Amino acid sequence: MIELFNVKKVFNAGNPSEFSALNSVNLFIEENQVTVLKGPSGSGKTTLLSIVGCMSRPSAGRVKLKGREITSLPERFLTDIRRKTFGFIFQQPNLIKGISVLDNVMLPAYPLGEKRSHLKNRAMKGLSELNIANKAASKVEWLSGGEAQRASIVRALINDPHIIIADEPTAHLDTKLSYRFMEIIEKFKSEGKTVIITSHDPLVYESSMVDRVVNLRDGQIEG
Amino acid sequence: MSIAIMRNSSLFFLYITSGAVLLGLLLVHASFSESARQENLEEKAKLVKMLKLTDLCLFTEARYTRHLSQADLNTAFQDHPLSLEHFPSGSFTQPPERTSERP
Amino acid sequence: MRHWIEKQRYIIDFTISSLLRRKVKNFGLLALYTLIVFILASTMFFTYSIKKEASLILKGAPEIVVQKIVAGRHDLFPVSYIDTIKKIRGVAAVESRLWGYYYDSLVSANYTLLTPPSNGGAADTAQSSAKITVVESESGGQPVKPLFELGGAVLEPGTLIIGNGIARLRNIGKGDYMPFRAFDGNVMNFRISGTLSSQSELVSSDLMLITGEDFRKLFGIGNSHVTDVTVAVNNPSEVEMVASKIRKRLPEARPIIRDEILRTYDSIFNWRGGMMIVIFSAAVLAFVIFAWDKASGLSAGERREIGILKAVGWETSDVIQMKFWEGAMISLTAFFTGVILAYVHVFFTGSLVFEPALKGWSNLYPNFELTPFVNLEQLTTLFFLTVVPYTVATIVPIWRAATIDPDSAMRFTGE
Repeated sequence: MIELFNVKKVFNAGNPSEFSALNSVNLFIEENQVTVLKGPSGSGKTTLLSIVGCMSRPSAGRVKLKGREITSLPERFLTDIRRKTFGFIFQQPNLIKGISVLDNVMLPAYPLGEKRSHLKNRAMKGLSELNIANKAASKVEWLSGGEAQRASIVRALINDPHIIIADEPTAHLDTKLSYRFMEIIEKFKSEGKTVIITSHDPLVYESSMVDRVVNLRDGQIEG
Repeated sequence: MSIAIMRNSSLFFLYITSGAVLLGLLLVHASFSESARQENLEEKAKLVKMLKLTDLCLFTEARYTRHLSQADLNTAFQDHPLSLEHFPSGSFTQPPERTSERP
Repeated sequence: MRHWIEKQRYIIDFTISSLLRRKVKNFGLLALYTLIVFILASTMFFTYSIKKEASLILKGAPEIVVQKIVAGRHDLFPVSYIDTIKKIRGVAAVESRLWGYYYDSLVSANYTLLTPPSNGGAADTAQSSAKITVVESESGGQPVKPLFELGGAVLEPGTLIIGNGIARLRNIGKGDYMPFRAFDGNVMNFRISGTLSSQSELVSSDLMLITGEDFRKLFGIGNSHVTDVTVAVNNPSEVEMVASKIRKRLPEARPIIRDEILRTYDSIFNWRGGMMIVIFSAAVLAFVIFAWDKASGLSAGERREIGILKAVGWETSDVIQMKFWEGAMISLTAFFTGVILAYVHVFFTGSLVFEPALKGWSNLYPNFELTPFVNLEQLTTLFFLTVVPYTVATIVPIWRAATIDPDSAMRFTGE
């Protein structure tokens, strides 16, 4: 599904503060599986995730998505692919304050110019699947932590992406909510989606539904 | 927030459209008025011709502001440069141009 | 295409909610912006209309007016000069004018006293409704729109026909009496025999029509002098030539040709006039401040928001479109609101806001309704000068922020 060949990522190249986040990473991510990228902070997990999810480009190496080379695609095409293929769940819900939950959830689809009634239906459906349909009209400031997290998940799914990417999703959730989160992940898997998670939370990487754990240390994959 | 009422963008378009329409109507009003007030303009023009008037009666506080076109060349300069005593009319108008400066 | 339209609508939706988040700041901005447009547009409407009216009304002003200048001042014109002028080739007619100012200390106002020219309009207007005097009287006489006409019948010695502004100011009308102090200290009592129409106030508000004898008695001017003379020429294209001949033959004389009169009013309220410079400078300054504020970059919150937008799939161009709409929406709203209010202000309320400034020190100010002359060119210029810079200024700081790597959005930790 997603292949990384000899991917390197260097930040601040040429400066004294230059450092290598990823060193020669070779990775193959299987379709319809839950893959967890595990490692201590500074191991390059987030950087790797970002490259996998077409959010940034490697300094060296190649990336292929479904057999198609995407390393040097122009930004427009990359964004287009990213928009249609990936759904991102961040550590923080990163919802936009001052607008409603519904608007937040529909946000990623705006540039695609879809008919509003259709989009709204999809959004409401997504919200009800995660049991927060009643909060659709509320401002995001009024949501609890868990509700906000769920709202951001609905947002990630609005364009019906094939691949879900989550960066430390349980970092700010309590145990109960973390378990609930993993249940949602299981649902994704059963729907045929591919899931890639970074985490150093045992609750996540020791979960039964995880198909593969990739260990990262100092920008390289161990084992 | 925006679920029950009209979409924000619709509101905006509505406002701009009605603004444009209103402006258009006012401009139509302007062109109608021009013809409707023809009579009024003609009356004034007639009076000017009949009485041999030379100026509009806008600023009556001083002779050189009342009859702008008749004021002597020096009058404007006799007074304070900013024409404060004829403020603000003095600052709305300039001394008239003199072009027939031929000998 | 549909998609594009729908996309713009979404972006506008979002931009509006974005603006509403900081209601006070943005409404304040909008209000100020609208005010500026209002003042500029009002000024434009007012000055253009007055200039247009002046050019239309004063078309019938005398072709040449000849004054006598002594020691730099306007002096009385000797009647003997008239023959000299008559002899100049090209001169069709020469007529004397008697007019002057009278200061009424009671109301601190200046009146313009004028003796109507003897052949009135007979020489020029073929269709003049000659002998019938139709004068607006207090007792609601004629239903027809009043047109002042000299027939001699109405303006007799001892009477005055006054402009409507004077009638208003002193609260007098037909049949009332008004005392004047003559040059020798004697009091002359005049009876008001009628008022000039209110429609003509723009040219007649402060006028007082008086017979020639009374004028001379009042001001102590002998028969040998008049105030000035008007000259009609045979061939309009020879006006300048005749004027220079007059100057040659009468060195003390100063001819003023109609063209100069018209040009005086053309340049009235020009941007170079003191007050106008102040208005325009203030407007320009305000705009510069706006634009500066906009262009000086984004707050951390705005940057974060853009990061989120990028992270959820918005392209750089989408973000820029959003900022474009932000600027465009505010400026379009301000423009339409300001211009519409300005139009109503100038043409329906008679420039209420400007009145104190225009009135200045004068106590006698004409009531007039301006004919709406609108210069579309000016309006378009105003549009481009207000909407475009502001919109552009809103986009400029975005450039760098819009190109934020969405990756950085991933690295947000903590709110």
